[in-house]
Amino acid sequence: MKSKLKSLGKTIKKDRKFLIMCLPAIIFFLIFAYLPMPGIWVAFVKFDFAKGIFGSPFVGLGNLKFIAMSGKLGMLVRNTILYNVGFIVTSTAIQILIALLFNELTNKTFRKYTQSFMILPNFISYVLVGVFSFALFNNTNGILNAILQMFGQAPVNVYENAAAWPFILVLVNLWKGAGYGSIVYFAALMGMDKEMLEAAKVDGATSLQRIRYITLPSLRPTIIILLLLSVGGILHGNFDLFYNLVGSNNVTLLNSTDVLETFIFRAMVSNSNFSTAAAVSFIQSIFGLVVVLVTNGIVKKVEPDYALF
Amino acid sequence: MKNNKNKIKTDFSGRAIQICGYIFITLFAILCLIPFIMMLSASFEDEKTLVLNGYNLIPRHFTTAAYQAIFGPGNVIIGSFFMTIGLTVVGTSVGLFLTALTGYALQRPDFKGRNAVSLFLYITTLFSGGLVAFYLLITRYLQLKNSYLAILLPSLMSAWNIIMMKNFIKNSIPHSVSEAAEIDGATPFVTFIKVILPMSKPALATIGLFIGLGYWNEWYNSMLFLDSSVKYRPLQLVLYNLINQASYLKNSMAGQNIAIQDLPLETVKMATAVIATVPIILAYPMVQKYFVSGITVGSVKG
Repeated sequence: MKSKLKSLGKTIKKDRKFLIMCLPAIIFFLIFAYLPMPGIWVAFVKFDFAKGIFGSPFVGLGNLKFIAMSGKLGMLVRNTILYNVGFIVTSTAIQILIALLFNELTNKTFRKYTQSFMILPNFISYVLVGVFSFALFNNTNGILNAILQMFGQAPVNVYENAAAWPFILVLVNLWKGAGYGSIVYFAALMGMDKEMLEAAKVDGATSLQRIRYITLPSLRPTIIILLLLSVGGILHGNFDLFYNLVGSNNVTLLNSTDVLETFIFRAMVSNSNFSTAAAVSFIQSIFGLVVVLVTNGIVKKVEPDYALF
Repeated sequence: MKNNKNKIKTDFSGRAIQICGYIFITLFAILCLIPFIMMLSASFEDEKTLVLNGYNLIPRHFTTAAYQAIFGPGNVIIGSFFMTIGLTVVGTSVGLFLTALTGYALQRPDFKGRNAVSLFLYITTLFSGGLVAFYLLITRYLQLKNSYLAILLPSLMSAWNIIMMKNFIKNSIPHSVSEAAEIDGATPFVTFIKVILPMSKPALATIGLFIGLGYWNEWYNSMLFLDSSVKYRPLQLVLYNLINQASYLKNSMAGQNIAIQDLPLETVKMATAVIATVPIILAYPMVQKYFVSGITVGSVKG
């Protein structure tokens, strides 16, 4: 034990210069990431602002039971997972498609300009996306209704149509992420070995065959790693997207658009119900961690090189 | 390769892909661009026309009334604009510097504790205390409610950015570069400032853009921690409030000699959106040439 401590002391002495360089980051994460972790305790107490986190009366699993019994939790988890699956599948497909097309198109100027336009949505805030979506869908001067009227159709009130929102949210998410995501895949394509493509060309492979058997398989590592990262976040709803497009007070749309994040936010900010919010947060954190560990474990077994840790 | 490209006859599937590709990409790019054009047009539109006849690609009745209202006396929006610029500049410079510094230290092979520190950072991406704990930390324990620090501090660094920076330096700058500098008597910190930073432009541009966008687009923490007692709130929060409570502008103009019914709310909303977007569009071309290489080298796992 003593010698171990001694060698640790020696290592720290040797590492001193580098540890000092890391010190701001270590303090930062200690305060903003580690310090809040014990705060998960709020999930197990009847939180009283005056008494603080650890002074509030302990209720055990009472908060969790309450939400689970109301049936709310199941709906929230289902919505969150289904939305994320929809986001991941559609985004991955379109981003790969665009990257492959960019790789085939020979006109560099065309690529440069279209890439710049397509990345714009990625750079704007969801507040602005909310402005756009309201301009498109509202029923006083909305663009959608103007188009419908042009074709002699009756106007629709999108904000009262719960069934439309899963499609709208998936499409908006697709629109916002396509440009950036395709650049990530395109960057991976730029790094690939061109020799095989040339050889296939000489052997008479058509463009489609070359994409199918050489280019697409070369994206495999990138696809697996990005999928792994998104599956790890499958229990985390994109709060900004849901909150800015749907709003917080639209009861009609709540069943089809409420996800864990929006529920936690409402419980805390609108209803000041800290314990309920923390209980849902706790479930999300624990199961989120399990999902990450399990997917990583599976990838480690099947493709050891691609596992995250 | 370039020269014989035209000599080899493109097969049919190749031509079909080219044609479909140009059409699809063009359409998608237009779809990405149109909302911005309509927003710009609407900000110069006459208020009544916008409300009654809706959006158009070019303004039907051109007017600068919305911008006059924003830049006019007593309006907080322009103050918010400069406050957000200041926040973004300070946050991005400090955050980027610390991110690069940590990333550099973590990839040094002679730093024995690098794996322990990396793990310490990595755990934060796997598990968090959640919204309630974060809210209580900021408001109750750090007492930062209604302080700009509540917006500035939490977004300074992220584990992902540090990992990306670390990978970039590891993959693109050989350790011998640092060694050579240190044989000449430089300390690791001086090496970092004088040698590594100038060699890391693509990563600095890319990660700097991410951090900068994070600050510029920030509204969530602002919504949680800044209430109406703060005069100049971040621009995105101002925009959010404009959308969600029409009364906001009326309040912010209280005491001014402007008749409330004359205030072009819808077009002011659009003009604010334009002001909130222009800096981003101006910033991107400056970092564009580094962007693809920054993403490529940094994203390699390791």
